[in-house]
Amino acid sequence: MAKSHIELTINGKKVEALVEPRTLLIHFLREQQNLTGAHIGCDTGHCGACTVEMDDMSVKSCMTFAVQANGANITTIEGMANPDGTLSALQEGFRMMHGLQCGFCTPGMILRAHRLLRENPAPTEDEIRNGIAGNLCRCTGYVNIVKAIQYAAAKINGTPFQEAAE
Amino acid sequence: MIPGRFDYHRPASVEDAVALLARLGEEANILAGGHSLIPLMKTRLASPEHLVDLSGIGNLKGISVQGDEVVIGAMTTQFELISSEELGRHVPIIAETSRLIADPQIRYKGTFGGNVANGDPGNDLPALMMCLGATYAVTGPDGSREIAARDFYQGAYFTALEHGEILTAVRIPIPSPDHGYAYEKLKRKVGDYATAAAAVVITMADGKCTSASIGLTNVSETPLWASDAAAMLVGTSLDKASVDAAVAAAEAITEPASDMRGPAEYRTKMAGVMMRRALERARSRAKG
Ligand SMILES: Cc1cc2nc3c(=O)[nH]c(=O)nc-3n(C[C@H](O)[C@H](O)[C@H](O)COP(=O)(O)OP(=O)(O)OC[C@H]3O[C@@H](n4cnc5c(N)ncnc54)[C@H](O)[C@@H]3O)c2cc1C
Ligand code: FES
Ligand code: FES
Repeated sequence: MAKSHIELTINGKKVEALVEPRTLLIHFLREQQNLTGAHIGCDTGHCGACTVEMDDMSVKSCMTFAVQANGANITTIEGMANPDGTLSALQEGFRMMHGLQCGFCTPGMILRAHRLLRENPAPTEDEIRNGIAGNLCRCTGYVNIVKAIQYAAAKINGTPFQEAAE
Repeated sequence: MIPGRFDYHRPASVEDAVALLARLGEEANILAGGHSLIPLMKTRLASPEHLVDLSGIGNLKGISVQGDEVVIGAMTTQFELISSEELGRHVPIIAETSRLIADPQIRYKGTFGGNVANGDPGNDLPALMMCLGATYAVTGPDGSREIAARDFYQGAYFTALEHGEILTAVRIPIPSPDHGYAYEKLKRKVGDYATAAAAVVITMADGKCTSASIGLTNVSETPLWASDAAAMLVGTSLDKASVDAAVAAAEAITEPASDMRGPAEYRTKMAGVMMRRALERARSRAKG
């Protein structure tokens, strides 16, 4: 069965590759591109640990073939820091608000939150919780993840960060 | 979990896709968003030798109003169903239902056409399309034809689509601006298929129900159109006795499986509860 030639942009870099059509995007990123930030949690489309940004969508890369990303613009956690290497607002938020414990879900959470804030720059707590409904975290209980996203929204909007009441 | 090997095709037009499917035969399958098919391929419940990806066909996407109908292209995503202002104005129950499908990530890629063509009784949009009286436009090697949503579903993963036919668009009659609607879904958690769900669209005048349509999700091999139950409501004030009788009639046509979502008897009762709640909310939204 013929391999497919794909061309895409990953974290701002043009990439060309030959892939078997059955290669899932998560395997392509982790094994062919050595971008191991996106994780495989459930492998069934439920947990969101494999979430990456693809053409203005958050997608579960365990449920997407690499050939479906032909021509796409992809961002993974490896492309989330500021160009000068400092942490982006979301990364800083997760650090400051203790939005992670083991960190397994974090790359997916940050990529999902990234798209959420693009579409809704000042989300309510409810909108944040609904927005990350496809990302599971077994450690934090989500409270600090919500705060981390609120922190990032405030930083991006230049508004004061108000910690939600416990 | 890695799917079996297949060859990948990405035609640029419906004609090319139909020709490819005809040439490749039974071992070829259509790929839309992939969010129902890829899970089946990963568990090897499906092992197609060819996938024909419809994502390169531009005119399969989009939402437009044509006369007294809304026409939705098959490759329109579930996310687009939620974010379309025009659709929200004319048939708001579609966005309300779509918000209860899976999670945000799945809805960016999962398509409207894939959801209705898949034939999985757990999908949420088919019962809604039966409730709304939608018509499916399909194109195949013998040309184009139309199939009523209410005639489309024949069994689990078994529909009126012939092999090689592509669902291109769905036409939905725009309900009266005064209509009331609601989709109620019982699920165990985000990203779960329904234990039971009900779609209700009604119109009211002078406190009496003048029309009613009810669809039920995941309580049989196919989505259900509860036409007898709906007919029992017309002419009533939706008083308790009439609603009780209609709920009993709807429960009577369910045939759910006992599974991890609960025993069959429970799921039948939950279909009744979802219908009752949807009716209440639809009534509060209906003008007249
Ligand atoms: C974790 C998870 C949770 C989910 N939860 C829900 C839920 O709660 N409710 C719900 O309704 N769905 C749910 N889904 C399914 C999701 O909505 C799918 O996107 C949808 O069922 C199929 O659409 P697709 O575009 O992904 O189709 P695909 O997976 O690409 O295709 C599905 C099937 O339909 C056929 N097909 C697709 N498009 C066409 C066409 N235009 N013409 C003819 N045949 C076609 C394909 O050949 C295939 O057999 C869930 C999926 C996942 C992974
Ligand atoms: S690994 Fe993709 S959703 Fe869990
Ligand atoms: S921090 Fe451990 S899973 Fe989220």
